[in-house]
Amino acid sequence: MLGLRFQRNPDPSPWLVLGVSIGAVAGALLVTGLLFALHGVDPLAAYATIFRKTMLDGRGFSEVVRKSIPLLLAGVGLVLAFRARFWNIGAEGQILAGAVAASGVALFVPVPAVLAVPAMFLAGFLGGAAWGFLPAILKVRLGVNEIITTLMLNYVALYIVRWLINGPWRGQSVTGFSYSDRFPAHAWLPTLGSTRLHWPTLLIGLLLAVLIAFVLFRTRLGFEIRMMGESPEAARYAGVNFLWTTVALVCVSAGAAGLAGVGEVAGIHHRLVEPNSISLGYGYTAIIVALLARGNPLAAIATALFLGTVFAAGDIMKVSLRLPSQMPSVINGLVLLFLVCSEPLLRYRLRRRARTDARAEGGARA
Amino acid sequence: MEIELLTGTTARALAFSAPLIWAAMGEIFAERSGVVNLGVEGMMILGAVAGFIVAQSSGSPWLGLLAAAGTGGLVGLFHAFAAVTLRANQYVSGLAITIFGLGLSGLVGRSWVGRPLVKPMKTLDLPLLADVPVLGPALFSGQYLLAYLALVTALVLWFVLHHTRPGLSLRTVGESPAAADTAGVSVALVRYIAVSFGGLMAGIGGAYLSLAYRPSWGEGMTNGMGWIALALAIFALWDPLRAVGAGLLFGALFTLSFRLQDRFPPELLTLLPYVFTILALILTALGRGRRAFGAPEALGEAYSRGER
Amino acid sequence: MGEERAIVGEVVEASERPSAPREIPILSMRGIDKRFPGVVANDDVGFDVLPGEVHALLGENGAGKTTLISILYGLQQPDAGEIVIDGKAVRLLNPRHAMAQGVGLVAQHFHLARRHTVAENIALGLADTPFLRPTRRLERRIAELASHYGLEVDPTARVWQLSPGEQQRVEIVKALLQGARLLILDEPTSVLTPQEAERLFGVLEQMTSEGKGVIFISHKLDEVMRVADRITVLRKGAVVGRLSAEDASPADLARLMVGDFNPPRIKEAPPGTAPVARLENVWARNHRGLPALRGVDFDIRAGEILGVAGVAGNGQAELVEVVSGLRRPDSGRFSILGRDVTELGVRALLENGVALIPEDRNRMGTVPAMSVAENLVLRQYRRAPYARRGLIDWKAVAGFAKRSIDQYEIATPSQATRARLLSGGNVQKLILARELSGEPRLVVAAHPTYGLDVGATALTHDLLLRQRERGAAVLLVSEDLDELLQLADRILVMAQGRVAGIVSASAADRERLGLLMAGSTREPQGAVA
Repeated sequence: MLGLRFQRNPDPSPWLVLGVSIGAVAGALLVTGLLFALHGVDPLAAYATIFRKTMLDGRGFSEVVRKSIPLLLAGVGLVLAFRARFWNIGAEGQILAGAVAASGVALFVPVPAVLAVPAMFLAGFLGGAAWGFLPAILKVRLGVNEIITTLMLNYVALYIVRWLINGPWRGQSVTGFSYSDRFPAHAWLPTLGSTRLHWPTLLIGLLLAVLIAFVLFRTRLGFEIRMMGESPEAARYAGVNFLWTTVALVCVSAGAAGLAGVGEVAGIHHRLVEPNSISLGYGYTAIIVALLARGNPLAAIATALFLGTVFAAGDIMKVSLRLPSQMPSVINGLVLLFLVCSEPLLRYRLRRRARTDARAEGGARA
Repeated sequence: MEIELLTGTTARALAFSAPLIWAAMGEIFAERSGVVNLGVEGMMILGAVAGFIVAQSSGSPWLGLLAAAGTGGLVGLFHAFAAVTLRANQYVSGLAITIFGLGLSGLVGRSWVGRPLVKPMKTLDLPLLADVPVLGPALFSGQYLLAYLALVTALVLWFVLHHTRPGLSLRTVGESPAAADTAGVSVALVRYIAVSFGGLMAGIGGAYLSLAYRPSWGEGMTNGMGWIALALAIFALWDPLRAVGAGLLFGALFTLSFRLQDRFPPELLTLLPYVFTILALILTALGRGRRAFGAPEALGEAYSRGER
Repeated sequence: MGEERAIVGEVVEASERPSAPREIPILSMRGIDKRFPGVVANDDVGFDVLPGEVHALLGENGAGKTTLISILYGLQQPDAGEIVIDGKAVRLLNPRHAMAQGVGLVAQHFHLARRHTVAENIALGLADTPFLRPTRRLERRIAELASHYGLEVDPTARVWQLSPGEQQRVEIVKALLQGARLLILDEPTSVLTPQEAERLFGVLEQMTSEGKGVIFISHKLDEVMRVADRITVLRKGAVVGRLSAEDASPADLARLMVGDFNPPRIKEAPPGTAPVARLENVWARNHRGLPALRGVDFDIRAGEILGVAGVAGNGQAELVEVVSGLRRPDSGRFSILGRDVTELGVRALLENGVALIPEDRNRMGTVPAMSVAENLVLRQYRRAPYARRGLIDWKAVAGFAKRSIDQYEIATPSQATRARLLSGGNVQKLILARELSGEPRLVVAAHPTYGLDVGATALTHDLLLRQRERGAAVLLVSEDLDELLQLADRILVMAQGRVAGIVSASAADRERLGLLMAGSTREPQGAVA
């Protein structure tokens, strides 16, 4: 009507991408500031308080990092999956599967004390991977939408955990609550000083981010994953083995989420607890981590830290600012909403009297 | 005795699954137009909280219902805007709505927690129908009006979808937007209407919870029902009438999980709807099933002219 | 250029022959301009259609025909120009406007919902479709119309059950029931056998005898000569000739369409005799699980270009896939230099020296979002020197990319540029550079010049001939018979998934190939070539 048309922008610059991501976060924080104001809290003062208590306070910062750990592990796994256009939104279930597998090892498998923690991490990785395996197979073999299957499996995992802690794994020594017995002490992850920061998991997360970056950009497997994600037809033509590649990458992706589950039960709770306590929605927030990271595993370190800060800020907002406990969820939702709405800024430029499709004729024989 | 078990279970299943059926019918219409809505959970809970606040303030559950439907519809409108106009990733947009909705509802409903609704909706028997043997006690007595309306609406929507011109337009937009476009049907308009309608229905589903079934407000009270509704839409193979049957099945599983909890772990019955949905997806992906019963062919894809 | 103008001037006069009845045209398009970023799709294009006339728009792929039609059907808006229908200027903002003016379109890609019935598909576009039960009463109307024009369709069939030819009939019935007085057919014969095409021409005759107008879009000369009353030739978005069919000769039309005429290249060496690849009784299904290849037998020799002709959808696509390893045959044997490779996949066949220049350059041939360098090793990335022990050696890749860009003169800002920013011709050069780099034994080229400009077409032909001279076997699949006659040593014609015949190019002509394409005469295989 106005003679304005969107024109395809085939090649947005990295600066534009970064700018749009930062803009989305800024927009979300701006709206959150308005919500602060509506609750009678001065937004600037609130953000100052949050900043002071998370970034300038040792203990506060350790909580930020602690909450970033599962986000980093699950998020970096999702970066890999999203690169291949495998829309895994089942990290939540994969975290739980990892937690269950690690708990099983801690509670029932007699391994030497020194090997307990490595065995739990291994089991957690395999548990998560197993939870990603079925959707991967179904997608490659039958073309079943992985978004729905991974989503459904989140709830299957959730109810299995509930069943375990109410039934077969219910602790002998606990009454009135639903959780398993406490793990033996050698199955606890060491923490940094007096904090709750279970550093082995953090280390694994950082290493995994580097490793996945290396795999993506330096290896044949990474080349295949990128090809498969960008153009399945071309990948077929190049002879990529879809089944093997998809299964491999989804198992790594889901396995990484499984590791996050290990960290939560072995580093924090030391027992298998309610699913909503094992993961505070980390699996869903990890999707935001991965989307904000825009396919770059190393960037996921930064975005995980940001969303970890949001989680940690939730406690501060509640205690120090007397704001509702739902604030982190609101911020997460806003970040995602702004991210969605800013997508066209990357794909299109607003132009006068141009049009979207530059390949009307010629080009591809569709 | 066994008949009573059956009718009792069915009655409870209907009471339980009415919100699922409402939301699933909305999701079916949205997906039939080619737009996936993962925001059902968010729309339901926003509907629930808006409905509760208005009903509590005005003293009228019906005004509350209106508010819930309106809220759901508005959120649906936003999702349509993201999916159709912005051509954004529909899955991410839906997820954003759910995460944001869960947070926002908790925020605005904070001061309303723990105060039961003063004037909730009441159960009633349907005249005449309630006296029919077996079916009467199973489906037509002791339910909330919204549960009966869900059954009627399913019938109406089924008819609209398969036997009217707008239904044909809707189905074509979801199957082949290019065909609809060249036939002069506005793909964007149909999708806007269908997705907003889907939000409206999810809002009603939420209102059923906060105004009738559990007339109160609690944070996160939809408790994943939006996701089950999504599953239901798929399991019903995108058909409103089948959604009623499938909804009753899901409802029966939940009901039985309570009734049989001494004999069978309730969690393992509760997870069955999700397993069934995966099975339904597998079965429709096999062989001829894909052509006859699969998801709408353009599901999840933005449409623009000239991209063929 | 001057000579060309002369032709235009000449034929314009010829078309306004005094005997032409002074009728009001159903349609006049005047001065249509349409520009896309970097492309002039239509430049001052105009033509008109009289009642009872078949007006052909002739031009190569990319000449601007489809854009012009999109404008006429309200799918796109022109930048300038006017559309006059029945003497009144109209603005067509969407297809509904066009339909209301009596314009009907049978597009190249059918606009049908595959899961719906024929009647449902037709009902959607009709203004008088009732609110309730939209398909009621329609079945009778479809049947009446069908028998009137000879367009048999089953109104209750689901579209996915129909052949492309049947689907086209549905589109025509739909347009006629919508009240079309002017029917646009966009490349209608590309999915038809010659017999089906004849039947279609009969339908068109019936329509014109009733005073309807037809716009017939094609790039095939013979067919345009056969059906059209008048012909407008487009090249690069502009009208380069207006002729009446009586005055036109194929040579004139070809010259107008292509610009300067390519003399056929002389092949220096005779083809070899050693078979490189052999197919024996190969059966395969298409992606819908229906039989697509039904006992295909042939061999292809070193230093030979074997052309493959056929109406689209007669198994050529599946043949390409089988020979390149993208599709596993159900039965039969496929061997390369005597070695059985029937069960091998695309990767193993690549290692056996099979190169593939795919039909779809942007979806299969390249990954548009990846860099030029990455695309140049898209299929060789697994091998040394590009990869060692699972790691990619980006230095080796860059070296190869630099050499390829220089040698093939690929116009790209840098080797890190994304492939999607290249023009169509340069994308094809990239693919050729990659596929021909390893001195393949068998080069499979699927429609390698489709949509390319003249220069890129000539380069592609030259490269294929050089492969032949090097001693490679080249399997060239094309819908362009002239291309096949010009390049191939032998031409294999496919019909209904079988080899209808193999003729040596020197003995082949259009007529003979056409008969084989129709599948009517099954010459004993091998007897001719």
